[in-house]
Amino acid sequence: MLLQQLINGLTQGSLYALVAIGFVIIFGTMNLVTFAHGEVYMVGAFMGYFALTLWNLPWPVALMMGMAAGWILGVLMEKIAFRPMRNVGHMPPLLITIGMSIILKEAVMIVWGAENRPVPSLYGQTIQLGNSQISLLQLVIMGIVVMLIVGLQLLIQGTKIGRAMRATAQDHEAAQAMGVNADRVFNIAFGLASLLGGAGGVLVGIYYNAVSATMGGTAGMKGFAACIFGGLTSIPGAILGSLIIGVVENLTVQYIASGYRDIIGFLVMVAVLIMRPQGLLGSKMRVV
Amino acid sequence: MALYTFTPQRDNAWIWLPILGVLLAFPVVIKNEYILNVGVLAGIYVILTMGLNITNGWTGLMSFGYAAFYGIGAYTAGILATRYAVPFWLTFPAAGVVAGLFGVAIALPTLRLKGIFLALITIGFQEIVFLVTLNWTSLTRGPMGIPGIPPPSLAGYSFSSNRDFFYLILALNVMMIFVVSRIMGSRVGRTFIAIREDEVAAQAVGIPLFRTKVLSFVISTVMAGVVGAFFAHHAQFISADSFRLDETFIVLTMLIVGGMGTLIGPIIGAVFLVIFPEAARFLSQYREIVYGAILVLVILFRPEGIAGIPGIIHSPAHKKGREAAMQEGATR
Repeated sequence: MLLQQLINGLTQGSLYALVAIGFVIIFGTMNLVTFAHGEVYMVGAFMGYFALTLWNLPWPVALMMGMAAGWILGVLMEKIAFRPMRNVGHMPPLLITIGMSIILKEAVMIVWGAENRPVPSLYGQTIQLGNSQISLLQLVIMGIVVMLIVGLQLLIQGTKIGRAMRATAQDHEAAQAMGVNADRVFNIAFGLASLLGGAGGVLVGIYYNAVSATMGGTAGMKGFAACIFGGLTSIPGAILGSLIIGVVENLTVQYIASGYRDIIGFLVMVAVLIMRPQGLLGSKMRVV
Repeated sequence: MALYTFTPQRDNAWIWLPILGVLLAFPVVIKNEYILNVGVLAGIYVILTMGLNITNGWTGLMSFGYAAFYGIGAYTAGILATRYAVPFWLTFPAAGVVAGLFGVAIALPTLRLKGIFLALITIGFQEIVFLVTLNWTSLTRGPMGIPGIPPPSLAGYSFSSNRDFFYLILALNVMMIFVVSRIMGSRVGRTFIAIREDEVAAQAVGIPLFRTKVLSFVISTVMAGVVGAFFAHHAQFISADSFRLDETFIVLTMLIVGGMGTLIGPIIGAVFLVIFPEAARFLSQYREIVYGAILVLVILFRPEGIAGIPGIIHSPAHKKGREAAMQEGATR
């Protein structure tokens, strides 16, 4: 049973990681927090749902469409909400994203309803491991997540835009003085973060066979909790945090009570913020 | 006189006395239960918004866990009233005390954090309180909620109609506006503002930073608690869903729209945002979207809200106006 929960937890955690990395990219480059990220993920999930059920497209295409939807939404949001709000501190953009998350969630709820929408299942085959089993779908999902993360690392470490992102993250004024177009970098960073969020949404829809307008809220919060674990600025920290939250959640369901599953993320968040606000793997920065 | 400096006093009684008179006469003229109910709702949100203003507006602490204390107050009243038949006049202060105690318990570990980290940790506590409320079935009846909370009664008279509740919440509003204006006019209130404006300077002049922040937080949670008790006895049914993060965001929107850090702002914001979607009937289905859109537009185009202090949420464009306002001594 333990191994089974471990497998399920790691799958779930890898999905949280896609959301959490988005927060890290946004906070890391712009030093800002967004509350609408969960809703970007939800919109991505709906895109995937439409692609799979309405248009009968194969899942890789659905995944691409979810990512594209996330990218477009992210780029638009950065332009509307964040660009006019540069250098005004954390709060105004944070409040704007609260407004945007309300608008997106309610709009989807009014147009497509509040109920769960079924997503067809894929790759039901399972592989037996002792008395636990791992489904092919879980392997596929973890594979995609790993590919996305590796791709992101290659982009950040190896390309020109990646170098511009790293420079901007360190000091956007200095980067701008060196000829980096900081506005463009912020825009791309936001788009990238949202693209990963969109991918996470599509994969979650496939994994749980359901999407709904309200799925963004909890996912967003868990992503937050995970990246606080890594101190808001560390991608490996966010990934580790996501996996830990995923596994502990599954153990909670198994050994305590299923109703308390969602509390784990928040307990982690509160505990890390109280005891070590810079995160376990985060760099030293002033938070108090 | 700018709108944001307005405080009801003897010398401006010609402004607020007629308004109070109109409100007193309102239920006599309007008999429609639905409209009176909207009025009661506006009264509830005015107190909630004023309470959130104590931390977020006056003291500059970004607390996002406010609905949890509203819920704790409502549940305290609901449980006491249905299990132990405690009357409203006792559940009301009890709700304030319990919410205040939770406020202290949460303030002590969290208020060492600042800004965005404080916002996040208070959200964390908010969700923990919600999930515990939902799952601690033996105490809270979990997802079933608590039905059958009796309305308040006084000397054999039961407050059953919305007219009665309207007068009750009006009295509470007058009381709270008086209390808050007194606190903010006092030394304590000025220390709150000093902390918001410059923590280091506040500490340098001898203000105990942490203790003052905790005090501000607790005053705000007590207000949420007592109004929670009122809500429980008015709605007569409570469930955890009424006290989620969305509720905090609604109150926060009212505060931002009205104007943070002023006495009059929360009143304007709450009344406006409760009545506006109801008045424009076609919008009432889209209430939440309207709130979200108004929040975005206000932050983009008038970040200080309707009656706010220019520059209160740190936008450089308004810095000048804010400095001028400070010099006027007008931020109270």
